[in-house]
Amino acid sequence: METGRWFQIWRVMGRNFQFRFCFLLTVLFAVTCRAQKRDDEGQMSFSRDVRPILSKHCYACHGPDESKRDGGFRLDVPNRDIDFDLILERIESTDSLEVMPPPSTNKPLGVGGIATLQKWISEGGQYEEHWAFVPPKQSSVPEGSHPVDHFIDRKLDNVGLKRSPPADPATLIRRLYLDLIGIPPTIEQADAYIDNPTPANYARIVDDLFNSPRYGERWARRWLDLARYADTNGYEKDRDRSIWPYRDWVIRAYNSDMPFDQFTIQQLAGDMLPDPTPDQIVATGFHRNTMLNEEGGIDPLEYRYYAMVDRVGTTGTTWLGLTLACAQCHTHKYDPVTHQDYFGVMAYLNNTDEPDYFLPLPNAEERLAANRVKAQQLREELVGQWPKGPDDPEFDEAFDRWLEKQKRAVADWKPISPTTLESNLPNLKLVADRVILATGDTTKHDVYRLGFSGQEKAITAIRLEALPDDRLPGGGPGLTYFEGRKGDFFLSEFQVLQDGEPIPIGAASESYGDNQFGNNPVSAKLATDGDVQSGWSVAKRIGERHVAVFNLEQPLVAGREFTIQMDFGRHFPSSLGKFRLSVATAEQSVAATALSAEQLDRIVQSPIESRDELSLEFAMQSKPLLPKANAIRRLERLPVGAATLVMRERPTGQERKTQLHHRGEYTQPNEDIDPRLPSAILKDSSRMPKDRLEFARWIVSKENPLTARVVANRQWHAFFGTGLVATVDDFGMQGESPSHPELLDYLAVELMNKDWSLKQLQRLIVTSKAYQQDSILVEKESHSNRLLFRFPRKRLEAEIIRDVSLSAAGILNTNMFGPPVRPIQPDEVAANFTKSKWKPSEGDQRNRRSIYTYQKRTAPFAMFTTFDAGSGESCLARRDASNTPLQALTLLNDPMFVDISKAFGRRIESVDGDFETKATTAFRWLMTRKPDESELEMLKSFYEKHESWAAVARVLLCLDEAITKN
Amino acid sequence: MNHNSSNQTDVARRYFLQQCGVGLGKIAGASLLMGAGSQLSASTDIDDPLAIKRPHFEPTAKAVIHLFMAGAPSQLELFDPKPTLTRLEGKPLPESVIGDQRYAFIQPDAAVLGPQFQFNKHGNCGLELGEPMSPLGAVADELCVVRSMTTDQFNHAPGQQFFNSGFAQPGRPSLGSWALYGLGAETQDLPAFVVMSTGAGISGGASLWSSGFLPTVYDGVRFRDGANPILNVSTPEQFSSQLQKDSFDLVNQLNAKRMRRLGDPEIETRIAAFEMAARLQTSAPDLMDLRNESKETLNLYGCQPEQPSFARACLLARRMVQRGVRFINIYHSGWDAHSNVKGNTQSNCKATAQASAALVADLKRSGLLDSTLVIWGGEFGRTPMVETNPALGRRAGRDHHPQAFTMWMAGGGIKPGMTYGATDDFGFHITENRVHVHDLQATILHTLGLDHKRLTFHHAGRDFRLTDVHGDVVKDLLA
Repeated sequence: METGRWFQIWRVMGRNFQFRFCFLLTVLFAVTCRAQKRDDEGQMSFSRDVRPILSKHCYACHGPDESKRDGGFRLDVPNRDIDFDLILERIESTDSLEVMPPPSTNKPLGVGGIATLQKWISEGGQYEEHWAFVPPKQSSVPEGSHPVDHFIDRKLDNVGLKRSPPADPATLIRRLYLDLIGIPPTIEQADAYIDNPTPANYARIVDDLFNSPRYGERWARRWLDLARYADTNGYEKDRDRSIWPYRDWVIRAYNSDMPFDQFTIQQLAGDMLPDPTPDQIVATGFHRNTMLNEEGGIDPLEYRYYAMVDRVGTTGTTWLGLTLACAQCHTHKYDPVTHQDYFGVMAYLNNTDEPDYFLPLPNAEERLAANRVKAQQLREELVGQWPKGPDDPEFDEAFDRWLEKQKRAVADWKPISPTTLESNLPNLKLVADRVILATGDTTKHDVYRLGFSGQEKAITAIRLEALPDDRLPGGGPGLTYFEGRKGDFFLSEFQVLQDGEPIPIGAASESYGDNQFGNNPVSAKLATDGDVQSGWSVAKRIGERHVAVFNLEQPLVAGREFTIQMDFGRHFPSSLGKFRLSVATAEQSVAATALSAEQLDRIVQSPIESRDELSLEFAMQSKPLLPKANAIRRLERLPVGAATLVMRERPTGQERKTQLHHRGEYTQPNEDIDPRLPSAILKDSSRMPKDRLEFARWIVSKENPLTARVVANRQWHAFFGTGLVATVDDFGMQGESPSHPELLDYLAVELMNKDWSLKQLQRLIVTSKAYQQDSILVEKESHSNRLLFRFPRKRLEAEIIRDVSLSAAGILNTNMFGPPVRPIQPDEVAANFTKSKWKPSEGDQRNRRSIYTYQKRTAPFAMFTTFDAGSGESCLARRDASNTPLQALTLLNDPMFVDISKAFGRRIESVDGDFETKATTAFRWLMTRKPDESELEMLKSFYEKHESWAAVARVLLCLDEAITKN
Repeated sequence: MNHNSSNQTDVARRYFLQQCGVGLGKIAGASLLMGAGSQLSASTDIDDPLAIKRPHFEPTAKAVIHLFMAGAPSQLELFDPKPTLTRLEGKPLPESVIGDQRYAFIQPDAAVLGPQFQFNKHGNCGLELGEPMSPLGAVADELCVVRSMTTDQFNHAPGQQFFNSGFAQPGRPSLGSWALYGLGAETQDLPAFVVMSTGAGISGGASLWSSGFLPTVYDGVRFRDGANPILNVSTPEQFSSQLQKDSFDLVNQLNAKRMRRLGDPEIETRIAAFEMAARLQTSAPDLMDLRNESKETLNLYGCQPEQPSFARACLLARRMVQRGVRFINIYHSGWDAHSNVKGNTQSNCKATAQASAALVADLKRSGLLDSTLVIWGGEFGRTPMVETNPALGRRAGRDHHPQAFTMWMAGGGIKPGMTYGATDDFGFHITENRVHVHDLQATILHTLGLDHKRLTFHHAGRDFRLTDVHGDVVKDLLA
C-alpha cells in the first residue's frame, strides 16, 4: 500500500470532518461488501472493477474523444496529466459546481462507485489494458476434466453453488435437436437416445446432427440476422431483389463446416481471391444485403453512403464486437476508435463496384443451341403473328415506311476516337474499336464531354451507337441500376460544339425508343430541345444495340477540333455505359437504323429479292410484335442462372476515395482517408492491411484479439441464451465483462486451434455437463443464473416455432435452396398495403423450412415479427424473446397454424391404437417426452367433448413447452 | 429510466411473482429483457415492461393521436397563403433563395406556381385556411398551427422515418415506442400503441412503428381493415366459441401444471398472455362495434360504420383513447402531388378534413382533449415551384420541400387558437420561430411528461434517445 495516497485522502477529508467520517464508514462498509463478493484475491482489478465505472461515468468527457475532453485530461489510458488528488477531491465534493461527474450528466457515481475508485487509487491507480484488446490465452484444464465444466464449476464452487442434476434424457435430446438442427427428434430418434442415454451414444447423435442438412438451415438463419438478409431492397419501393444464392451459400458453408476464417474471407473479399470460384463471388453478397433506396428523386450517392455506414457498423458488430458505429459522427466516447479510424475501416470496404452476378448455368451452350432452333422456328412464324395477320394492309404500309427509313440511313459512317474524355463523375475509358466504356458511380445528372480532333471532311451527321455489354447492369447499354429498368439510359441532351459554339442540330432520329413511364414521348430529337427533362431512352429492349443519328444544320468545319457533350439522367441515374460515335458527310439528312451496313447494302441493291428477309427484320423491330420479338431475342442469348448481388473490387487507377465526413454527415465530406485499423487493436502499424482482402485476412488472424472471442461468445449465446459476454455486440468499454473470462478465452483459442471449426466448438459445448443439466428452477434461488447452476429455458426463435410445428404435423417440406417461398398469412396482412399482395406458394412449397420464407423488409412475414424476428433492415446480433398476447392469438388463430393443426390432427388419426396411444404419440412428436397421466386425462376430456384431433393438435401447438427449448 | 439492452436477470421477476403474489393478471406479457444489466439487480418495476411508469414531470397529455399525412400535403394550398407566388407565377425564383438545395424531381430553375385556392379566415383567432381545408375551420380556435416546421429529409421513406424515430434510416424506436417505454400502458385489454392507415400504402413500412432496439413489446400493433383489425383476433370460423373457450382453458391448465413442475415464471407470463389474448378477442370487436355511436356522431365524422375510411379510423381513435390506448398513428397516404396539386389537395381534403375536425371536436366535448394530443402533418412540405415533366407526364404539381412546411396540433397542453412561425414571401424559407422535427419530438414527449434528454436507452455502446443530440422543447407552443 502506498501510504502517501492514504495520507492524501485524509488530507482532503479533513476539510469537512463530519461528512468525511460518515463517508469513510460507508466506504469501508462498501469495500468490505465488495471484498466478500469477490471470488478471488482482494486486489482491485482495473478491468473488472474500475474501468466499468470510469467508462460509465467519466469517459464521455474524459475519454478518447479529444473534442469533448474538457481541460484536456483523459482517464481512459494512463498518462502523466492524471491528478489523482484532484480526482478524489472532485468525486467526493458535495458542491454541485465542483462534484464529478457534474449533476447535469445525471450519472452520479454513487457510494459504491466512489469507494471503488478510492480503493483503486489507494492501491496505486494502476491501469490494465481493456481485456478484449489483449489476445486470448488458453489456461490449462486438469487432465480428464471437460474444459467447459471445469470453468463453470469453479465459479459455482466459489459461491457455494452446484450444477443441477442432468436433464432427463427426453428433455435433453429435444434440446440437442432444437439447438443443432432446429427441429425436434422423431419418436424413433428420441428413443434411440432415451433407451441408451450413454455419453458415447450422445456423442454419436451429436455427430449425426452435425451431418444433417438441417444443421446448416438452422445455423444459417442466425448468421442471416447479422447479415441483415432480405429478399427486397427496403425503403419506400421495397422491390424484390435476387440474392437468395447468397443465403444458400451460407447454408452450404455451415453444412460443410467451412472454417470460420475462410467463411469470413470469402464473404468480405471472395472476389479478390486468386481466380475466385463462383461460390467465392456469391459469398460477397454479405455486404450487398444493405438496403437500396429506389424512391424517385433520391440522391443515389447519399444512400450509397448510408449503405457504407451500415457496412462499417455491421462489420464491427459481426466480427469485432466493436460499436464502430459510435465513431461515425465523432471519435468514440468510450472505446479507442477515432473518427479517422472509422473512415479508415470504411476505406477498406469502399473501393468496390456492386454488380449483379449471374450464376453459371450448367450446359449453357447446349441450351443455347436448343434455344436457337426454337428461335429460328419462331422467327419464321413471326410475320404471320402481325396483330391483324400478314395480309393486313397496315403491315405493308408500315413495312414500306420502315424500308424508306432504312434507305435514308445509308451513309459513309466513320467511327471516331475522342482525344479527351471528361465527366462529372463516371470513369470514361476508350477501349477497343473506338468504343467508350463508362464505369463507376453515377448521379442523377451526369455529363460526358468528349473532345475530337478535326476531320478531313466537313461533317454533317453524327451517330451515337449505344452498345450492350454483359458487364453493365441488365446487359446495358445504360448504367441504370435502380428505379428504372436496369440497363436503360436517358440521354437528355446531345450537343455538338465547335470553337465553343453549339452547332444547331436539325433532324434527329433513333432506331428504337421507348419510355418506361407511360406513353410519354422519348426520342433522339427530344435530346436536342434544351430541356434536360426530355430525351431518349430504350425501355423494353435492354441488352441490345441502339442507334441515334443527329444531323447538323451547318457542317462542322473540317480540320478543326470539336466537342460532343451528352447529358444523362432523370429522377434516378441513367447514364450510358458503352457507346461509340461516328461521323458522316451526306447531302441529305441521315436516318438512324439498327441494321448493319451489309443489311443496308442489300436493301439498296435489291429491295425486291430480299423482301422476305427484310420483312422479318422489320417484324423484329416493329412495335406491335415487340413482346414476341423480345422472346426470340431472349432465346438467342446465352442463358444464365439466377442473379445474385456481389462485390467487385475496382480496377487500379479507378479507386474510389474515402473521405472523412464531418459529424458523419453525407453532405460534409472533407479530408481523404486511407484504409487503416484503430491502433488500439493493431499494435504494430507496419502490419497495417492495405486493402479489403488483407483486412479480411487480418480479421481472422491471431493478431486480432477480438474476432475469435466474439464468435465463440456468439455460439455460447445460441446455446445458453446469454453470452459469456452478455453484450454480444459490444466487447468495448461499455460492454459487459465476461461472466467466465477464462472459459471465453479457452473457447476462443480452441476455435482458432481447431482450424476455426464451428462444429468442433459446438461439440465442446454440447458435450459439457453444464449444457446437459436440468432446467428446473432450484428452490430459493438467491443468485441470478448467470453462473449457470441450471440450464436456462428459452422460448424458441420464430422460425423454429414454425418449423417445429410443421415437423410435428408431419408436413415439413425438407427441399433445400432456391428462390424464396410464401407460407399462408392472414388475409388482413395484405389489407392496407397497395404495393404488396401476399399470395401463398402452391402446394407443399408453403411448408418449406422457414429460412426459405420470402422476407420483405417493409412488411415482414407477420408471424415472424410477432415472435421477435428482425426485418433485415439492420444487423441484428441478439433477438428478444418476448411473451405476448399477440403470440397467443397467432398460435391459436393464425390460418397457417390452423392449417398445420389440421394436418397434425390427420396425422394423429392415422396412428393405430386407442386414445392413449394416439395422444401420447402426438404429444411426443412435439414435446418428445411422454405426457403424464393427468396430462392425458386433461387431453382426454377435451377430446371426448369436441371429438377432433385437429382441436387437440391446436392446443398442443400452443403449449409453452412446445415453443420452448426446455 | 435508463435501461440497458443487454441481458436479463430472472431473480427479480421470480421474487416478484413468488413473494409479492400479486399482479399476475396484470403482467402484460413480455419477457424480462430490460434488466438493468448488473448481475443482481432486484428492482421489480422493470419486471413488466408495460407497467405504468412515473413520468419525469407532470404530463399534460396521456394519449397521442398522430394523423400522419403521408406523402406531404401542400402547405401553400392549405395553411400558408402566399399571394406573392401568384404574382411570380411562371418565373423562376431568385438563385439566392434556392441556394444549394437538392431536389427530388424538379430543376432548381423551375418556375413558380401560384396557390391554387382561395384562403379564408376561421374562428375567433382568424386562422387562415385554403378552401379545401375549410371544414377544419370549425375547430380553428382549438388548433395550434405551426407554419415554421422544417426537416432534414427530402424523400418520403426517410422523411417519415425521421419524423417517427428522429433518424432517417430504419432501426431506431418510433415515437409511440418511446412513449410506451417511458410511460407504460394504461390498458391491458388493447394494444397500447396502435397503427391504422388509409389511402395508398405507407412509404416507410413497418419500421415506422417499430420499437427499434427497444424491447419488441413496444412495437406498434397494426389495426387493419377487414374482418380482423388485429391479426388473428377472431376465432377462425370453423371453431365454435365453446371450443375456443375450452382450448384456452386447456392450454392454460397444461401450462399451469408445467409451471408447478418447473417453477419458471416465464410460464406464468405465458398463462397471463393467453388470458389477455382471450380478453382481446372480446375487447377488439367491442372497440370496432360502432352501433352504439349516435347518428349525430357518425355524421360529425362522416363515417360509414362498415366502411373503412379515414373518418372511421378517427372515430376508432377516440374510442381507443377512451379505452386507455396510449399512442395512435393514423396514416393517410396519397398527398404526394407531383402532378395536379390542385386535384390532389381537393381529393385528400375531401377524405380527411371533416374527420380531422370532428376528432378534435368530439374529443373536446367528451372531455378528452385536455389529456389527448392530436397532431396533424406530413413528412415535409411542397415547393413553391411547379413540377412539370414531359417524360413523366407531370404538370402543375409541386416537388418535395424540406425547408418549410406546416403542421397543427390540438389539445394535450398545447396552446389553442394560435398560428406560430412564419415563412418568407415565397414560402421557401422560415423567417420566424423555426421548429425542427427534433424540436417537435421533444415537445411531444414534453406533453407526455417526458424529458427527451433523459428518456434514454443503452444500446450498442451508448445511450440513445429519440432526438439524438438535438431538439429543444418549444415552450411557446405550450398552453
